[in-house]
Amino acid sequence: MFDLKEFCKVQSLGQADNLLHQDKKNVILGGLLWMRMGNRQYHTGIDLSGLGLDRIEDKGDRIDIGAMACLRQLETSSLLKNNFGPVIRDAVSPIVGVQFRNLATVGGTVFSRFSFSDLITALLVLDTQVRLHRGGRVPLADFLESSPGRDILVSLSIPKQEIKTSYQSFRKTATDFPVLAAALSRDDSGWKIAMGARPSRAKPAPETAKLLPVNPNADQIDAACAAIVRELGFGSDQRGGKTYREHLAKILVKRGIQDICS
Amino acid sequence: MKYVNKGIPKQDAMALVTGKPVYTDDLAPENCLIVKVLRSPHAFAKITDIQPSEALELPGVACILTHKDVPDKRFTMAGQSYPEPSPYDRRILDQWVRYVGDPVAIVAAGTEKQADQAMKTIKVDYEILEPVLDPDTAEGHPSVIHPEDNYHVNFDIGNKIKKNVCSSGKFSHGDVDAAFNEAEVMVDEVYRTCANSQAMMETFRTFSYLDHTGRLTLVASTQVPFHVRAIAARALDIPRQKIRVIKPRIGGGFGAKQTLVAELFPAIVTLKTGKPAKMIFTRRECFIGSTSRHAMKIRVRLGADKEGNILGIHMDTTSNTGAYGEHGPTTVGLSGHKTMPLYNKARAIKFTYNVVYTNTMSAGAFRGYGATQGTFAMESAMDELARKLSMDPLELRLKNLVKEGEIMPGYYGEKLNACTLDQCIAHGKELIGWDEKYPCQKISETRVRALGAAITMQGSGIPNIDTASVEIRLQDDGFYTLMIGAADMGTGCDTILSQMAAEVLTCDLSRIIVSQVDTDHSPYDTGSYASATTFLTGMSVVKACRDLIGKMTKAAAQKLSMDPGDLKFDGQAIFADSRAITLKDLARQLAVGQGSCLSATATTSQPVSPPPFMAGFAEIELDLETGKVFVLDYVGVVDCGTPINPNLARIQTEGGIVQGIGMALFEKITYNSTGKMMNSSFMQYKIPSRLDIGDIRVAFKSSYEPTGPFGAKSIGEVVINTPAPAIANAIENACSLRLRTLPITPEDILTGIHEK
Amino acid sequence: MQLKCTINGTHYEENIAPDTMLLDFLRTKGFFSVKQGCDTANCGLCTVWLDGRPVLSCSVLAARSQGAALTTIEGVEKKAAAFGEFMAAQGADQCGFCSPGLVMNILAMEKELKNPTPDQIRHYLAGNLCRCSGYAGQMRAIEAYLKSKTPAGKGGKNEIR
Repeated sequence: MFDLKEFCKVQSLGQADNLLHQDKKNVILGGLLWMRMGNRQYHTGIDLSGLGLDRIEDKGDRIDIGAMACLRQLETSSLLKNNFGPVIRDAVSPIVGVQFRNLATVGGTVFSRFSFSDLITALLVLDTQVRLHRGGRVPLADFLESSPGRDILVSLSIPKQEIKTSYQSFRKTATDFPVLAAALSRDDSGWKIAMGARPSRAKPAPETAKLLPVNPNADQIDAACAAIVRELGFGSDQRGGKTYREHLAKILVKRGIQDICS
Repeated sequence: MKYVNKGIPKQDAMALVTGKPVYTDDLAPENCLIVKVLRSPHAFAKITDIQPSEALELPGVACILTHKDVPDKRFTMAGQSYPEPSPYDRRILDQWVRYVGDPVAIVAAGTEKQADQAMKTIKVDYEILEPVLDPDTAEGHPSVIHPEDNYHVNFDIGNKIKKNVCSSGKFSHGDVDAAFNEAEVMVDEVYRTCANSQAMMETFRTFSYLDHTGRLTLVASTQVPFHVRAIAARALDIPRQKIRVIKPRIGGGFGAKQTLVAELFPAIVTLKTGKPAKMIFTRRECFIGSTSRHAMKIRVRLGADKEGNILGIHMDTTSNTGAYGEHGPTTVGLSGHKTMPLYNKARAIKFTYNVVYTNTMSAGAFRGYGATQGTFAMESAMDELARKLSMDPLELRLKNLVKEGEIMPGYYGEKLNACTLDQCIAHGKELIGWDEKYPCQKISETRVRALGAAITMQGSGIPNIDTASVEIRLQDDGFYTLMIGAADMGTGCDTILSQMAAEVLTCDLSRIIVSQVDTDHSPYDTGSYASATTFLTGMSVVKACRDLIGKMTKAAAQKLSMDPGDLKFDGQAIFADSRAITLKDLARQLAVGQGSCLSATATTSQPVSPPPFMAGFAEIELDLETGKVFVLDYVGVVDCGTPINPNLARIQTEGGIVQGIGMALFEKITYNSTGKMMNSSFMQYKIPSRLDIGDIRVAFKSSYEPTGPFGAKSIGEVVINTPAPAIANAIENACSLRLRTLPITPEDILTGIHEK
Repeated sequence: MQLKCTINGTHYEENIAPDTMLLDFLRTKGFFSVKQGCDTANCGLCTVWLDGRPVLSCSVLAARSQGAALTTIEGVEKKAAAFGEFMAAQGADQCGFCSPGLVMNILAMEKELKNPTPDQIRHYLAGNLCRCSGYAGQMRAIEAYLKSKTPAGKGGKNEIR
């Protein structure tokens, strides 16, 4: 369990930003599910729950998701489902349990850049932008590649468009971390594919996606499956070996394509 | 019958489902010192220096104990009757540490934070020794895990301690080599099971205090209160009469709590400080600092003729008992003696075994207790034999199956009085749809469904050793108190014992009050393990109640000036044609003046251990593209003799099946190359969630066991044994791949399919 | 710091250390139904309601319930008992250690889902682990309970299938 000397529910993002930069041992509090497993000693825990960041809002040409929205909200949101298909819901619904998802926050998940994250994998195929307090708007893919500075993730934006999506993951038990995760989308501009828990962090596979026409035939699907293994790296960890992941990658991509095309 | 064989709700049901504070940590005094242990980071080392002085200065720290502060006496932590087969190889704290997690120092402080802080400042110097991590190379390894002078075994268990062998031996009946010479078909394969965690929901915990006379009281989440008292006395080097053990409601055990884990640390803190102390294990500590199932490597040789008559069986088990020998010498025996007797037709059987020490966490007791591992090996081998014979695997089993009335040389020479296993198999076949679906059905290009089956037996108590006493008392209003020493760990034995009492005494169930287990008051009972409670404690209940009826009748006879032989008892009154006295009146009169409060005691130990049986059938769906196996349907048909409470028997079976599925597909304690446990949490060690299993269907085909109360045998352990082999058999039927190592993962299956 | 909240409808004003977790806070206030089963937020035993939503109290800072309404099973005892009868009728309440967290989540599910299918029930309760019962008896109890609350099933007997 972590230590905390003070708890501060801030009144504004400015106050949060000040506290964050005042002391290296001050920390933004997300869902705490990951933090509580560590033993670190923090000074001030900065709580953003008073800032109305727990909303999923229709902003006309885009949907904004506040950093303090929890995964359960994402799972049950008809706004997200109607606009973006099942990819977000299917990404988060296997995660541990309802009580867990009532606590885990979007901000905590995305800012931590967890390698096993289902949600990050899904967001990568939706042109998601991250809005940082100091860093401004950054495409999610770029955010993942950058090094985590001391900043506050305020919200995500996903532009509305005609889009079909699919989420495919493989797990050894139903509520476990994924052995491998895949998200796919197809819109007017073409396909997007991202894979996470490789075991490393989710990454888009644009080269593979380019190979796919709107309705690929069996050969084209096979070609994409072969390409994904070349484009993205897969490795071994406690949950699976490299060869197995490479094989699974092809299966998940194939299933995702078939799902969208059906 | 009014109560026996009825699905009566558990007596504690409503308290448990509404969250009443009835568990150990709910009862602990607020001012308990919090006790924690500092644990070894090394798999094998000798402590050359340990300096707690800095930690002792910290606020709130009440005491810190090292190996220098504890008695030099060695003991076993295994809850077993004396003389224990398990070696005395433990100290409360030792100068050697023998696995990553082995306790190094005991810390007691006012709060958890203070204890954690203190632990960080204890300085320990270790001489690191080369650990023995592979059981296959443990015997004769240059590192001797137990080099101490005062290592002790109570009797010959085939111990060769300087070679890291905890126990070894052999058994044979008939000439197995001759049988194999004659055999026309042979199977000779090696099967491997791994260490599993019992993972009961309530972690290990104990609190301790000195009562007003200076006696040490332990309130412990334990299956074995009387063994805790005995072991604590030995380990703490104090007379047994100075210790009292109380067992409240406990949150599961499955054998984990048949071994002492968290009891001695707060006990010694209380002795040293005079203060109440409490130790609550974290989940991580449960994983790394208790005892697991024994990992076993079992070679099975089967020899049969072309018609499928089994001529000879040889099982050779190597068992890994880890750093300490708890239950090592005893679990191994079941791998042979509770598998081979199923095939009593075999002319010759042989069982050889070796139990080795390694520098990993000690193995101990886990439901099934060696029979589970043996069943995986035997029932997999049987299917492999059936395949070679081109025979239906159930036909092969039926052809060689033990039958009622037979003497079983492989089962201690016992006679089988009650067995409906053939009916269990037949009924299970119907329920699962064996004839329609065996061996497999193609669902699509990428999905296959298949069936697999396995049979098993267990025991009911340990013959001539387990003992269970009960006292039943008539209270001054005509109700009864039933004093037992058996430890209900959630199974509901309190309830079924009162069902039996109410049945014999012909009274309302509400008139039977079952006492809490307290070694100061409860009659002696070895505890809840070895599937003994229904069979032994239950029989004591029956005998004591009958005895009490005799005493009540005699007392009534005196009041009525009649001959006891002329009186009848119907639960409400004792009467003849002309005279009667109600039970209430009798009870009231006995509590006044020259009355005598009536009670009866009975003890049961049996020279036999009648086996329960089970046939398990799995229908799996295999995804050929990912290797994922999902158990769509599991049918279990049980012969436990008369089920005293069919609801509870059904739940025991369902619970055991799901644990077995976990063992088959998901669960494995994993160590890295330096002996550190890699999956010491529910995040990494995955027990089945409710999404990981399909349908479970349970039925009973009850035999009638003449030596058991109301014909009952036992059910607690037999229920976990069939899933692993049934699923392995189904997988072979699905994709022609025989996997002989548990757990069977999707990656194992896919790799196997690709290699073909 | 000062914490003001309600627990089961009763107002509390307490001085707490900022890093106190809700599970420990509730137990020190005498709500012993709330259990700790693991260290990694996986088991569901510690489930309580925070403003009516089921959460894992082992992972919530007590400070985060400032001004909030907390509910433990002690606060919904009648409802818990009403459901509990169905568990008791199955014998599914084995060691009972997973029960309070499970019942809190079942009652939350009852509020959130209308006429759930068996798959939906299993999915909602996936974060509640049990080692004793094999889950099947719990499912029978839940289905019988939900059926007893429908107009058609009202007054239906609590029977074993």
